[in-house]
Amino acid sequence: MADAGDPWPRKKPLHPRAARPPAHDGVTRRSLLATAALLIATSGATARTVIGVLPWRPNEAYPVTPVVPGGYLFFTASESAVVDAFVDRLIPTDELGPGAKDAGVTTFIDRQLTGPYGGHDWLYMQGPFSSNPLPTQGLQSPLTPRQQYRQGIAALEAYCNATFSKGFTQLSGAEQDKLITGMEKGEVQFQNFSSRMLFNAIHGNTMEGFFADPVYGGNRDMAGWKLVGFPGVRYDFRDVMDKPNQPYTLPPVGMQGRPAWGER
Amino acid sequence: MARRLPRKDVVVVGLGWTGSILAYELSRTGLEVVALERGPWRDTATDFNIGTAADELRYAVRQDIFLRPKQETLTMRNTPSQTALPIRKWGSFLPGNGVGGAGVHWNGQTWRFLPDDFRIRSHMIERYGEKILPEGNQIQDWPVSFDELEPYYDKFEQVAGISGKAGNIKGQIQAGGNPFEGARERDYPTPPLKQGYAQELFTKAASGMGLHPFPRPSANISIAYTNPYGCSMAPCTYCGFCEWFGCANYSKASPQTCVLPALVREPTFEARTECEVTNINLSVDGKMATGVTYVDANGEEWEQPADLVLVCAYSLFNVRLLLLSGIGKPYDPASGEGVVGRNYAYQTGSGAQGFFENVQFNPFAAAGSLGAALDDYNSDNFDHGPHGFVGGASITCAYTNGRPIRYHPTPRGTPNWGGAWKKAVKDSYQRVMGVGAQGSVMSYRNNYLDLDPTYKDPLGRPLMRMTFDYQPNEQKMANWMAERCEEIAKAMGAKSTQLNRLGVPWNVVPYQTTHNTGGAVMGSDPRTSVLNRYLQSWDVSNVFVMGASAFPQNAGYNPTGTVGALTYWGLDAIFNYLKSPGALVQP
Amino acid sequence: MRLRHLIVLLPLLAAGGAAADPDSYIDVARGKALATVGDCIACHTAKGGTPFAGGLALQTPFGTIMTPNITPDTATGIGSWTVDDFARAMHEGRRPTGSYLYPAFPYPYYTRVTRADVEAIYAYLRTLPPANNAVNRNTLPFPFNIRMSMIGWNMLFFKPGEFKADPKRSAEFNRGAYLVEGLGHCGACHTPFNSFGASKDDKFLQGNQIDNWAAPNITNDLHAGLGKWSADDIVQYLKTGQTRTSLASGPMRDVIENSTSKMPDTDLKAIAVYLKERGAAGAGAPAPLPASDPRMQVGQAIFADTCSACHARDGGGVEHMFPRLAGNVIATQDYPASLIRIVIAGGRAASTNAFPTAPAMPSLGYRLSDAQIAAVVTFVRNSWGNAAAPVTAETVHDLRSRVVHASD
Repeated sequence: MADAGDPWPRKKPLHPRAARPPAHDGVTRRSLLATAALLIATSGATARTVIGVLPWRPNEAYPVTPVVPGGYLFFTASESAVVDAFVDRLIPTDELGPGAKDAGVTTFIDRQLTGPYGGHDWLYMQGPFSSNPLPTQGLQSPLTPRQQYRQGIAALEAYCNATFSKGFTQLSGAEQDKLITGMEKGEVQFQNFSSRMLFNAIHGNTMEGFFADPVYGGNRDMAGWKLVGFPGVRYDFRDVMDKPNQPYTLPPVGMQGRPAWGER
Repeated sequence: MARRLPRKDVVVVGLGWTGSILAYELSRTGLEVVALERGPWRDTATDFNIGTAADELRYAVRQDIFLRPKQETLTMRNTPSQTALPIRKWGSFLPGNGVGGAGVHWNGQTWRFLPDDFRIRSHMIERYGEKILPEGNQIQDWPVSFDELEPYYDKFEQVAGISGKAGNIKGQIQAGGNPFEGARERDYPTPPLKQGYAQELFTKAASGMGLHPFPRPSANISIAYTNPYGCSMAPCTYCGFCEWFGCANYSKASPQTCVLPALVREPTFEARTECEVTNINLSVDGKMATGVTYVDANGEEWEQPADLVLVCAYSLFNVRLLLLSGIGKPYDPASGEGVVGRNYAYQTGSGAQGFFENVQFNPFAAAGSLGAALDDYNSDNFDHGPHGFVGGASITCAYTNGRPIRYHPTPRGTPNWGGAWKKAVKDSYQRVMGVGAQGSVMSYRNNYLDLDPTYKDPLGRPLMRMTFDYQPNEQKMANWMAERCEEIAKAMGAKSTQLNRLGVPWNVVPYQTTHNTGGAVMGSDPRTSVLNRYLQSWDVSNVFVMGASAFPQNAGYNPTGTVGALTYWGLDAIFNYLKSPGALVQP
Repeated sequence: MRLRHLIVLLPLLAAGGAAADPDSYIDVARGKALATVGDCIACHTAKGGTPFAGGLALQTPFGTIMTPNITPDTATGIGSWTVDDFARAMHEGRRPTGSYLYPAFPYPYYTRVTRADVEAIYAYLRTLPPANNAVNRNTLPFPFNIRMSMIGWNMLFFKPGEFKADPKRSAEFNRGAYLVEGLGHCGACHTPFNSFGASKDDKFLQGNQIDNWAAPNITNDLHAGLGKWSADDIVQYLKTGQTRTSLASGPMRDVIENSTSKMPDTDLKAIAVYLKERGAAGAGAPAPLPASDPRMQVGQAIFADTCSACHARDGGGVEHMFPRLAGNVIATQDYPASLIRIVIAGGRAASTNAFPTAPAMPSLGYRLSDAQIAAVVTFVRNSWGNAAAPVTAETVHDLRSRVVHASD
C-alpha cells in the first residue's frame, strides 16, 4: 500500500487515512473515519504490462468516499468555532441564500485537512526552503495546511486575546470584518505566524468548500451552485447549445444526485 | 545493478500522443516495440467514469490527474542572476502523467501554424529589416516549411477527428473559414462544434469591424466519427469539464480514443506502465544509443536494449532526459554555446472581459475548444511597422467552462469576500464573457533550461531548472493584443470592459498555459539546434525526439496540432532511417 | 463459462506437429475452423492458462465443474483417445471408460455434428502441443457427483443423433440450422432450463437466465427477439460485435471475439437466415408504464443526469459507441438481469479488428442505490416505445450481491 513517501502512486485505492484528533461529543473517530471524503491517491485500470488487450475490469471505478457531516476529525471544538465564525464573515448567509457556515464549509475544510491535501502529500516538499523567495516563485513554505491551520488559528486567538481581551468568536461582526481585512492586506502582525497566510488558507478553502461538489461536505444542498446558477455534473448541455441566451431551469445535480433521484 | 532484458527493436519513452502514434505505426509493420510510461494506465470508463469525472475540486484544484510535483518538478527563476526555487505546486503549467499524457486532459484546441511562422526570422527581416528583431533574441527559421508539413497536419487531423471549417482549400478561400491559413488539401474530417451566444455576438461584431472570424478547430468533436485506425468517438456534449479532466464519453481526441485501442491489438507491441526511464544508455564512443535504463514500480532497475530510442516524454522532460543522459552539449547562456536547453519559449495570454446586461451566456455549457477565433492579428498578417514588436496572437471568444470554484468573476474593485462579493458573484456569473489573445513567444538568450545545482527528485537526480521571463517584446505585443480584444468586446455590446494585461514578471502561481516549447530544437545548424530537420539527434543517430521541445520558438497558437504533424513527419524519417541507418542529414 | 480475454490466440497458428500429409492438413484446417464455431477454447482454457488445457471453473446451478484438458497429452489430456472415443464424447456424452460427462459440456448439441466434422476437429486437436495440466474432474457436491445419475437425465432430456437437413428449406437455412443447433450450441445459453438443468426444447432460443445474465430471446419475435433486425444486422453483429444501434457486451462479447468474428461471412449469413426464418415465439409485450408513474419520474431524472450524455435523451445512442436503448430487446427481456448488472458493474463492448475501440459502460454501482437503479432501469424498459415489467429494489439488491465481485 502506498504511503505519503511514495513517489509512484499505486493503482489500488488507499484506505482512508486521518490525522489523530481527540474524540468528540457523541461521534466517534471511527465512525467518521469511514466517511471522510479523502482523495483516493490515484486511479487507473490496473495494469503494469499491457499486451494484446485493453485493460478493463468490471466494478472498477475510483469514486471519492462521501463525507458524512457531524463532528470534526481534525479541528478541536474551539478551532472549529473560530473557523465557523471566520467563514461566516467571508460568505455570509443573507437574502441571497445560505453562506459558507450554513453550507458546511467548516466540515469541508476539516475533512480536507485529514487527507493528502492536508499534508501537502503530493507536492514537492524537499528542502532547502528559502526564507526570501521571489514573489514569482509561489509557495515556498514548509508548513502544510494542517500546520497552517493549527498554528495560524492559535496565533489568531492569541492576537485577539492580546488586542481585544476576547477570542475571535466573541468579537462583533464589524470587528471581525475589520480584522479579516487587515489580515488580507498583511497589515496585522500575529506572533510567529503570517496573518496573510492564514487568511489565504481560509479564504481559498472557503471558495473550494462553497463551490465544490457536496460529496466533500460543503456546498450543502448545492447552495453555492444555486447562488450562481451552476447546474453541476449533468454532463450534457447540448440542449443549452441549441437554445442560446435562454435561462437554464433544470435543478443542479451533484455526483451523489439530487432530490428528484429519490432516497438512496 | 540493472538487469538486462531481451532486446527490442524500438523503445518509446512516454506513452502520450507522440509515443502512441509512433508505437502504433511502427509495431504494425512488425517491429518489436515497447513503450515505457512512468505513470499509470488510464481507461475512460474506469478513470473518467461519468460519475467521477466531473469533479472540479479533485481534478482542477487538487490536480489529481497531473504529474505529482513530488515525483518530478522543475525549479524556476526569471533571470540567470536569481536563485531558482522548486515549483512545489503546479500553477502556470500543468504537466500530464500516465498513459495518454496531457492528451487526456488537454482542451483540444488544434491549430496549424501559419506558413510565415516557419520562417519568421527571414520573413521579418525581409519585410521590416533586422532592427525589428528584439534585443537578446535567438529567433531561428524552422528547418521545415508549412508546405512540407501540410500532408502531416492532415494526417493528424484525420486521426484526431478534428472538427472545423477550412478556410483555404488548394488556394481557394472558403467562406466561414480562416482566410489566413496555409493552403490545405481538404477540409477537416468533422464539421465545427455548435457555437454559443457569446460566439454569435463575437462573430457578428468582428465581421462588422472588417475582421475574419471562424469557428476554432476542435479536438472535442462534433459528430460520431471513426478514424483511419478504426477507433471510434462519440459527439461532444458540451459538459464543461474539458481541460484538466478526462472525457467520460469518448468525445475528446486523445491517445485513449484515437490510438490505443488499435495499438494494443498489435501483437508486437507491449506497454509497461509505472516504469520511469532514468537514462538513455550510449555506446562507449557516445555515438549510438544502446537502449534505456528504467526503474519499475517496485523500485527495481532494468536495462532495456533497443536499436532505436524515441523520446516522447513531453517537451520539458525530453530535455531533462537528454541532459541527464549526456546527449548533446548543454546550453550555457553566458558563453552562448551548447544546444540542449536552448531556445525555451512559452505563450502569452492577455485579453479583455466584457460585462453585459440582460444576457444568459450559460458559461457551463462549454467545450475545451468551443470558440470563435480570428487570425487578423496573428503571425505577420498585419503591418508590424508602426508597433515595434514581432509576433502575433490568435484571438478567440471562448467558453471552456463555468466551473464555480475557479470561475466566479466579479467587476474589478469588488471585495474578495463578504455580502458585496456574494451579490456581485450572483449578478455576474451569467453576464461575463472574455475575448482572449494567445500570443507567440520568441526565443531569447536568457530563457533556457538546464539542470538545477541544488534540488533533486526522489531518485536523487537533479531537477531541471527553468529560467524564463516575458521580454519587453512580448509584453508590448500581448498588451497591444489586449486592446484589440477590448475593442471587440465593446463592439459586442459590453456595458463595461476590463483589460487583462500580460502578467510580468512571469509568475509561476496563476495558471496560464501548458505550452512549454523548445529546449531540444530542430534546425539546420548543429551549433544552434539539438535535432536535424527530421527530429533526429545530431549527436546520436538512433535517437529521435518528439514534441514541442523541437520548436525553435513558439507561434500564436496551441502547439499540439504542430506536434502531431511533426510526429508523422518524423515517422516517415524513421522509416527511412530503418532502411538505411545513419545520420539523415549531413551537417 | 467464458474466456479470460488475456489469452492470445497466436500460439494456435504456430502449433506445429501436423503430419506432412496434405490431406491431413486440409482436415486440420477445417477442424480448426469448426473448433472456432464450437468455441471450444472458451471453456477448455483456464484464466491465464494454456489454451485447451482445461481447468476453467464452470459455475453451474449444481456446483462447480472444472473443464478437462483436451490437448493430446497422454497423462493429463486426451492424448490416448481414439477418434471413436472423441466421437462418442461429442455424440453421446460418454468417456472411453464409459462414464458419463455432464451436460455442462453441451453434448446434447454436439450430438448434431456430422461424423466427418467430428473427425476434423479431432485431427485439429491432435496438432496442439500436449500440455501437462492435471484437472480435478470431481468437484461437484453430493449427490450431483454421481455421474451414473446422468443415465436418468439422458433418458429424459437427451436425444442423440446427427443433424438432418429439412428438404423443404434452403441450403442456406439448413447450414444455419446445422451451425446453431450443433457446434454453435447457442441454445445452451439462449434456451430456458428446466429444474434439472436441461434445455426446454419446446422453448428453443426463447431466452434464458444464466449466470446472472439474461441471454435474450433470439427467435424472430418482434418484442423480445430478433424481429426488428435484418439478416444483415445479425451478420454484422456476429462479425464485429456491433450493429448500427447495438453493441455486444458480457458473455456475447467473448463469443464474438473468440468465435463468430472469425467465422466466414457465408456461415454468419446462414445463421442469420436460420434465425430469421425459423419463426417467432415469445410472450407478448405488456402495456408500458405511463410516464406519470412515480417510478418513471424518478427514473427519468436519473436518466437525464447520468445516462443521456451517452445514450441520448431519446434513447437513440451513438453509432459504434453507445447502444440505442429505444427498441433494444436487451432492455426489455422478462429477466432484467443484464440491464441491472451493466449499470452496477459496467460492461465492455467487443473489440475486433474492424472496430477495436471496445467502448465501456462505466460501473455505477457505487453511485446509485438499489432503489435508484430499479427506477432508472424501469424507466429505460418503459420509454420510447419500450414496454416491460418494472423492476424492484429487492431484485436489484439480490443481483448486486452476486455481480459486485464478478470478474467479467
